Amino acid sequence: MDTVFHGEIHLRRYLSDQGKPEQVLPDWTHSPERLVRYYRNMVLVRQLDYKIIALQRTGQIGTYASLLGSEAIDTVVGDLMAADDVLVPYYRNHALQMLRGLPIEDVLCYWGGDERGSAAAALGDDFPNAVPIATQSLHAAGVASAFKVRGEKRVAVTLCGDGATSKGDFLEALNVAGAWQLPVVFVVNNNQWAISVPRSIQCGAQTLAQKAFGAGIRGEQVDGNDVIALHEAVSEALKHAREGKGATLIEAVSYRLSDHTTADDATRYRASEELKAAWEREPVKRLQTFLHEQGWWDERQEQAWIEEVGQMIQTSVDAYLARPQQPIEHLIDYLYAELPNALEEQRERLIRNAQPGGSRHE
Amino acid sequence: MSNAITMVEAVNLALHSEMRRDQSVMVLGEDVGVNGGVFRATVGLRDEFGMKRVMDTPLAETMIAGLSVGMATQGLKPVAEIQFMGFIFPTMEHLIGHAARMRHRTRGRLSCPLVVRVPYGGGIHAPEHHSESTEALFAHIPGLRVVIPSSPARAYGLLLAAIRNPDPVLFMEPKRVYRLNAQPVEDSGETLPLDTCYTLREGSDITLVSWGAMIKETLEAADRLAQQGVSCEVIDVVTLNPIDHNTILASVDKTGRCVIVHEAPKSGAVGAEIAATIAEKGLLSLQAPVARVTGYDTVMPYYRMEHHYMPSTADILEAVNTTLEFS
Repeated sequence: MDTVFHGEIHLRRYLSDQGKPEQVLPDWTHSPERLVRYYRNMVLVRQLDYKIIALQRTGQIGTYASLLGSEAIDTVVGDLMAADDVLVPYYRNHALQMLRGLPIEDVLCYWGGDERGSAAAALGDDFPNAVPIATQSLHAAGVASAFKVRGEKRVAVTLCGDGATSKGDFLEALNVAGAWQLPVVFVVNNNQWAISVPRSIQCGAQTLAQKAFGAGIRGEQVDGNDVIALHEAVSEALKHAREGKGATLIEAVSYRLSDHTTADDATRYRASEELKAAWEREPVKRLQTFLHEQGWWDERQEQAWIEEVGQMIQTSVDAYLARPQQPIEHLIDYLYAELPNALEEQRERLIRNAQPGGSRHE
Repeated sequence: MSNAITMVEAVNLALHSEMRRDQSVMVLGEDVGVNGGVFRATVGLRDEFGMKRVMDTPLAETMIAGLSVGMATQGLKPVAEIQFMGFIFPTMEHLIGHAARMRHRTRGRLSCPLVVRVPYGGGIHAPEHHSESTEALFAHIPGLRVVIPSSPARAYGLLLAAIRNPDPVLFMEPKRVYRLNAQPVEDSGETLPLDTCYTLREGSDITLVSWGAMIKETLEAADRLAQQGVSCEVIDVVTLNPIDHNTILASVDKTGRCVIVHEAPKSGAVGAEIAATIAEKGLLSLQAPVARVTGYDTVMPYYRMEHHYMPSTADILEAVNTTLEFS
């Protein structure tokens, strides 16, 4: 018998769990600039995450999906995408949206139950985050189709969790990306848990990256807690797409260090030893150790940055809390480009009921 | 002079016309390219506009809808074809969960000006899953326009309007009348208005409200009734969401009687919404209960028995007579 297909999935990793180089590092890591930027951004988004959880616990923000454990993935992808590329995110990518220009205040706004959180002009053509699972994978393929039709050298980048790779939308997106050689990068944040369902029972395949084979696109696995490995994988995938060579699936292996959302309690289904072990591999500490050993970051810089970040976040929290409510008619006015006559009466009722003394006034 | 063309030819003409006028219009779907669509609605487009603008997609309806959402947000105007209404359900998450709310949830930053064309309805002896009328499932969704033509000329003008509309439109094509009656349609590039009912015939004794292929039986009934001296006002609803209730209410205010005719099952259908609105706002002008002539609340039969399911002209006449005799 002839072998008609042969495929291998490689795991890319440069830094050990303890932040020690495991192989020769790429040239760009020989100077501190980019690595320190990655580190600072990771600290920023982690501090923001802590702050949002505190706001949620004190009733000042709604149910929130923590990004703890995905700092490296969002930071690297956000840094490497070109400004006119299009991000098609899922609900755990607010750090990435921030790095693409979404003000912190708007991140808070979104999780604080205010649609204006997805409205910032700074987001350009980027999608708002997708709450339904894996639908964004197809939107990214559509965005990439638009680029291809117009002959633009832009790339669509989309992310999802490990659970999303079980959905038809994800597989249909890989399939069309392969069939049409679309300029799209799929990043799976394999954080091992889809709410309470572990990766081991999500899929029988040894890796999620090998789903790329079924679609005829590139696929690889990368340590999602290692910014250097992520940088290499994402850079190559973006370049490949931009050169018209087609799509890549990157499975970034991370760990969800948080509950699924603030409405979840992971102690119901996850062993504390497993979580403890995951904290030994986490991305921020790993890069911090590496930077310390290179002499590129020290305790004094750490304290100064944490303080600066804290002030930046607090300013945004203050602005979020002080933001006036959106006009009540916006609940109807943005449904269509022009308000249909059929909705005029309901619009008037909405406004009347919301006024002081109205039937739905708070 | 314009030649007489059928509805499916009018759809094809509108697609050619709009693709020539607007470079951002794309056609995508299963078999829409080389084959020209299973009903030939897209025939000739591939030759004129090429593979980049007329895309034969992989066989996956969810993907067709999801791709259209992605393209529409980036300034393209995708016109997707779903081969039959029975295969539209995988698209619903994208149409409802994304297309219909993109403008709203980004407060106008992004929009989703896509069109999904889909042949629907029974009466052509098609296989299982090819004959349903599930417009109510979509008409219920805020932000999703549902438009149904009933003649070649309206198919042409309404499809142009749907493509140029800045919001998503489900354009349902009643395939029973795809090739039934030809009429002259000029390729004028002019749209017909959406969000408004079309009064096909003015009358004073009773209002008949319908849409899609059932307009045929409704007009036949009106003709017969005219011979008996009964003057029917016939309203083609056309846009099932948002509904122009004012036109219907004004007519019922004049006639005092109303029969609603649709092919879809009775319960929870768009006819129920129209009847409820007449009860809310037109009760005092009614001289008889509103009647509905509809399909049954059952699964669409296979083709051997489908004529037992389809509302007939005789059904409409019976409902009209009952309504007229009510006192």
